[in-house]
Amino acid sequence: MAEGFAVTKKHRYNKGNSLRMDTRSLHLMLVPALIILFIYSYLPMIGIVIAFQDFNVGLGIRAFWQSDWVGLAHFRRLFSSPDFTRAFTNTLVIAVGKIILNFITPIIVALLVNEVRVNWLKRGIQTIIYFPHFLSWVIMAGVIKEVLAPDGMLNGMLGALFGIEPIFWLGDKRLFPWLMIVTETLKEFGFGTVIYLAAITGIDPTLYEAAIVDGANRFKQTIHVTIPGMLPIIVLSLVLSLGSILNAGFDQIFNLYSVPVYETGDIIDTLVYRISMQGGQYDFGTAVGLFKSVISMFLISLSYWLAYKFANYEVF
Amino acid sequence: MQNWYFNSRGYRIFTVFNYIILFIAAALCLIPLINVFAVSLSSPSRATAGEVWLWPKDFTMEAYKYVMRSSDFWRAMFVSIERVVLGTAIGMLMTIMCAYPLSKKSDVFRARKIYVWIFFFTMLFNGGLVPTFLVVYYTGLLDSIWALVIPGAVNTWHIILMLNFFRSMPVELEEAAFLDGASHWNILWRIFVPLSKPAIATITLFTIVGHWNAWFDGLLYMRKSYNYPLQTYLQSLLTIDISKFLTQEQQNIVAKLSPKTIRSAQVFIAAFPVLCVYPFLQKYFTKGLVLGSVKG
Repeated sequence: MAEGFAVTKKHRYNKGNSLRMDTRSLHLMLVPALIILFIYSYLPMIGIVIAFQDFNVGLGIRAFWQSDWVGLAHFRRLFSSPDFTRAFTNTLVIAVGKIILNFITPIIVALLVNEVRVNWLKRGIQTIIYFPHFLSWVIMAGVIKEVLAPDGMLNGMLGALFGIEPIFWLGDKRLFPWLMIVTETLKEFGFGTVIYLAAITGIDPTLYEAAIVDGANRFKQTIHVTIPGMLPIIVLSLVLSLGSILNAGFDQIFNLYSVPVYETGDIIDTLVYRISMQGGQYDFGTAVGLFKSVISMFLISLSYWLAYKFANYEVF
Repeated sequence: MQNWYFNSRGYRIFTVFNYIILFIAAALCLIPLINVFAVSLSSPSRATAGEVWLWPKDFTMEAYKYVMRSSDFWRAMFVSIERVVLGTAIGMLMTIMCAYPLSKKSDVFRARKIYVWIFFFTMLFNGGLVPTFLVVYYTGLLDSIWALVIPGAVNTWHIILMLNFFRSMPVELEEAAFLDGASHWNILWRIFVPLSKPAIATITLFTIVGHWNAWFDGLLYMRKSYNYPLQTYLQSLLTIDISKFLTQEQQNIVAKLSPKTIRSAQVFIAAFPVLCVYPFLQKYFTKGLVLGSVKG
């Protein structure tokens, strides 16, 4: 067997064969994770049956197969429910707003940071703007509530500088969706900026040299070298954001909304939580959640397919 | 000659505006945090009057002393530490043990394709809130620390990051070890893991931050509030009126402090570990990000 390990390609393949014989341990390594996935990811998928039942909690675990079947009754109720229509619209508005603002901001900021030629400043700015990404929405919401409170800093400053009466920012239903879009971007734009800056670092420096020889100034270099160099990542992030069209941000909204802003701020995920966990209607809540999951599944699949097609991106 | 454009008048004017814009961007990220910190160190009366901006007024540590005296706070902190330790240990074990077989080529490990689909599908679809809750309920994890650790122990994104790193290892290493009679198990723990320290450090960091920041599972799976991890505890304080939870004895202290300063202190304490660790480990956070998104 030993002579089979000379340097030629053919023999290397043979080595692959001998490794292949030991695949049993490869299977074994996956077993614990597969058990967890089966129980906590795949069993819940089977549990979706309760969206088609009059789920009777009193039956205990037997409720999953002994409850009465009601077909699509929960879905009919869903489509005639004004709460759902409202939540669906709000979800779309907030999510699309977030996608747009959070798509444009990092690109612009990355281009601007790229023009900073003082190295410690460049790093410092990145460190600061990337930081909020690592705070939970509970903390961010605490901070935002504090700053935007009637007795908070923003109102204090507006009052001192312009004599404006305190505004109850988070209680105003016209402002609420905008605040969600802006605060989400504030938390996450640093994350995108760091990705784009990494892409810019990867651009071949000879391209810039060639542009300089051709007499391109800094602006023209940005248009003709930097932006095309970022393009693959730009396309990829835009395509992948398609999958989050129904994700308006549960963590954020749940921690910032209140009854007065339900009209413009209640989203599918918060509605599902209130229906099922606070209202105890497990079956109806599951139906609402399932409606969202199914659409999301198609959108995410589509986005991965497009990313594979146009950006050569493979998840695994 | 090369840098002629940097000295042009237009570029100089741009530079001035550029610094102003970036300064504002950085300020928008920092100022809210500084404000909350300043409020937490101010006297309640000045804080509720909305006078505190970036510097504490009538400096006092009372809010922090109050929080530190609270046994609920320390219990929640302990639950959080417990979940971070258990969650990171188990999560990393899962990540490493899944990434290794899945990083093999399909001609070496034929079943790879099937397994990849099993993992990948969980990224596309999930059972949703109620069915997942019911499974956790019927597996008896409610009100146990394991409810915060086990259901999320297999993180597909982390597995992908890890397996991409494993793939970048030279095949010769593995083949040589195999020749010497090493099994896959040995190759993984004796060769791959020691050589993957940077990637493991990055993913460990992500896992720690993820567990520290998680709050919703605590709210969902912990029926008793004394089982809440810190973020969930904080969430319940920030959403519900604080005065409801206090005994008559504590009311006197609260009268002296405003909940505003206490809330701010709690928010700041919860952010503090991340704030301390982040600047020193920022390169690892960035590395992981780049590892995941700009591959291939």
